Amino acid sequence: MSRLAVPKTYKLAIGGKFPRSESGRTYEVRTADGSFLANAAKASRKDARDAVVAARAAVKGWSGATAYNRGQVLYRIAELLEGRRAQFADEIVALEGVTRAAATAQVDEAIDRWVWYAGWADKFAQVAGNANPVAGPFFNISVPEPTGVVAIIAPQDSSLVGLVSAVAPALVAGNAVVVVASEAYPLPAISLAEVLATSDVPGGVVNTLTGSPAEIAPWLASHEDVNALDLVGAGALDWVDLEIAAADTLKRVLRPEQGADAAAPSLDRITAFTETKTVWHTKSMI
Amino acid sequence: MSFLEYAPAPESRAILNLRDEYGLFIDGEFVEGHGTPFQTISPASEQRIAMISSADSTDVDAAVAAARRAYQRTWSRMSGRDRGKYLFRIARLLQERARELAVAESLDNGKPIKESRDVDVPLVAAWFFYYAGWADKLDHAGLGADPRSLGVAAQVIPWNFPLLMLAWKIAPALAAGNTVVLKPAETTPLTALLFAEIVQQADLPPGVVNIITGAGDTGAALVGHGDVDKVAFTGSTAVGRAIAKTVAGTDTKLTLELGGKAANIVFDDAPIDQAIEGIVNGIFFNQGHVCCAGSRLLVQENVHDEVVERLKARLSTLRLGDPLDKNTDIGAINSREQLERIRELSDAGVDEGAERWTAECEIPDDGFWFAPTIFTNVSTSHRIAREEIFGPVLSVLPFRTPAEAVAKANNTPYGLSAGIWTDKGSRILAVADRLRAGVIWANTFNRFDPSSPFGGYKESGYGREGGRHGLAAYLAPAGAARPARTHVAASEAAAVEAPRKSARTPKRQAKGTKR
Repeated sequence: MSRLAVPKTYKLAIGGKFPRSESGRTYEVRTADGSFLANAAKASRKDARDAVVAARAAVKGWSGATAYNRGQVLYRIAELLEGRRAQFADEIVALEGVTRAAATAQVDEAIDRWVWYAGWADKFAQVAGNANPVAGPFFNISVPEPTGVVAIIAPQDSSLVGLVSAVAPALVAGNAVVVVASEAYPLPAISLAEVLATSDVPGGVVNTLTGSPAEIAPWLASHEDVNALDLVGAGALDWVDLEIAAADTLKRVLRPEQGADAAAPSLDRITAFTETKTVWHTKSMI
Repeated sequence: MSFLEYAPAPESRAILNLRDEYGLFIDGEFVEGHGTPFQTISPASEQRIAMISSADSTDVDAAVAAARRAYQRTWSRMSGRDRGKYLFRIARLLQERARELAVAESLDNGKPIKESRDVDVPLVAAWFFYYAGWADKLDHAGLGADPRSLGVAAQVIPWNFPLLMLAWKIAPALAAGNTVVLKPAETTPLTALLFAEIVQQADLPPGVVNIITGAGDTGAALVGHGDVDKVAFTGSTAVGRAIAKTVAGTDTKLTLELGGKAANIVFDDAPIDQAIEGIVNGIFFNQGHVCCAGSRLLVQENVHDEVVERLKARLSTLRLGDPLDKNTDIGAINSREQLERIRELSDAGVDEGAERWTAECEIPDDGFWFAPTIFTNVSTSHRIAREEIFGPVLSVLPFRTPAEAVAKANNTPYGLSAGIWTDKGSRILAVADRLRAGVIWANTFNRFDPSSPFGGYKESGYGREGGRHGLAAYLAPAGAARPARTHVAASEAAAVEAPRKSARTPKRQAKGTKR
């Protein structure tokens, strides 16, 4: 006699907690061949706003941590993902209908990208910053700092590697993130949130929403306490309107990317969510 | 004669050889514009200086087309070494004609000659000199080997530092291999047109630099033009927002350098003499027409009264008057419109309960003038503490602890600049870390250098000008993928948003043939 499985309730991840949508709404997530898999939370405008509040509260601590510390925490995520490879592969096989080998390859790629970005935490400032030889008695230095709260519309056609490729680089510099997961493949996003909750990432640094990007994205694009908007996975939305809404508060915007190379690992994805601060220090006469 | 009564020492205007009328500078020639010409006046006397052509949309088309041709045929194919040599030539010509440019700038803008002579024009030459050397070293700009230029850059600049803003825009754009169409501000076109003459003297290939004059609608036509690859704007946050909306959904790269409401923080251990000079430089430099002006003075409570008293004493010695007089500290407000704006906001300060003090000085009969003014008893909710005033008006707010100073300093949607005055180095570093601003001056203020990146956080814009970062703003990595476009087919998009999308359609075709 086979054992009866215990299915998981997939909820949102906001401020280090796992609430249901305040709206009480869910939507059906189905396998590639159409059978029922789970009811995912369908996040509302209120959930999005709660997530921004949680993210804003988390910015100070995360950006104030040492770069070495952030690098270790990000690496810790990769360690924990490694231990859950089978779980993520199961979810990807069920959702995307790919072979087990392809699913495992996706998980491995996601883990390797975490490791790559983790290593950047205490190095990117050396590459993106400058000592400036100004014509005067000043010590002048430019350093990149995190932009603040970054809202991300995750790639919609990749459940795990797309999500990781968008979220990890935004975290490297010390930003806090609100991410809207793939609408069709939301389950690995929530499982990833469970990994983040047990891997020393402070609550609120990554807030994960599932549901309809078309419904949630406009609220994030126009939110006055969001500093940057990554539209990498918004290609199927009316993203031009999102960019126009973002212009009201002069958000930094990354435009949609399509295909397998979307959000490919790059230093640019880190520096896109940084601000260059230049400080002039006087030198005294001696 | 007291030390305040100096004999007039006006810089001679004889060095200027101005024309009575100026056309648009397109494809290496001055041509007449199709819009209604307007006059540029001296804000210190309201006297007409010259008639200026106005570019309408056909002129904008012609200028962009000239820039596109020059990009395709010469400038993008030229070696970096030769591009650099042209820029070095321009830098030298600027130095050779420095006196003339300074006089023209003070005449047209109203700023004191000592500032145009000692700050603006030397920095203009320095900017070209700095970026000239970058032209053949783009591999080291931080984008990997063989970065590519973007194409045609549309650049719109403000009236507060007319020639300096031109240099900030044109020097890095050309060094990176782009061609430009630049629109100076309506009230200060003169030095940009003199710069066009310098471009001719440098024998720069026609069309590499195009200068079109006009008002806001000329600028709107330029930044919304379908065949520009890059838009760079310096000016108000409101216009910056509108431009960001205009370029949304296109593949045009955008950098914005917008408004500010900088906090200048004075701690009780600050070297007070230097701090007073720094505060004065911070808000009264260039009549306060500075986007990074230190318009909010945050003073630690126990030295508040002393600082305010010494400031008043110092301001009483500033000389307001003829911008061409070498002894002038405070020149003319750039336009009647700007003067009205400063008056309106200052009146609001009084209405809201702040205490106003204005330096006693004789105001000339003609021209636009505003005496240096300080507001005390200002609260963070007052309009004079929140809105950019862009004039010689300082709001003073007290604080008790460093944490309170940081909180107050960051309590603004802007984030362009900030100042810190303290003798304690570790405090400078800690406070600088926590200020959300792109440029921070510690025990100094309003310093600029071509090697030093400048630009804002938050609603002060994005992108940097100056330094390697300023160069990168005009480059893309080798083989960089074009940003994805909306999934909506062009024809459908045209139906939804006719003006913007239909204007874009020719650009796509043009690019198709280009590559």
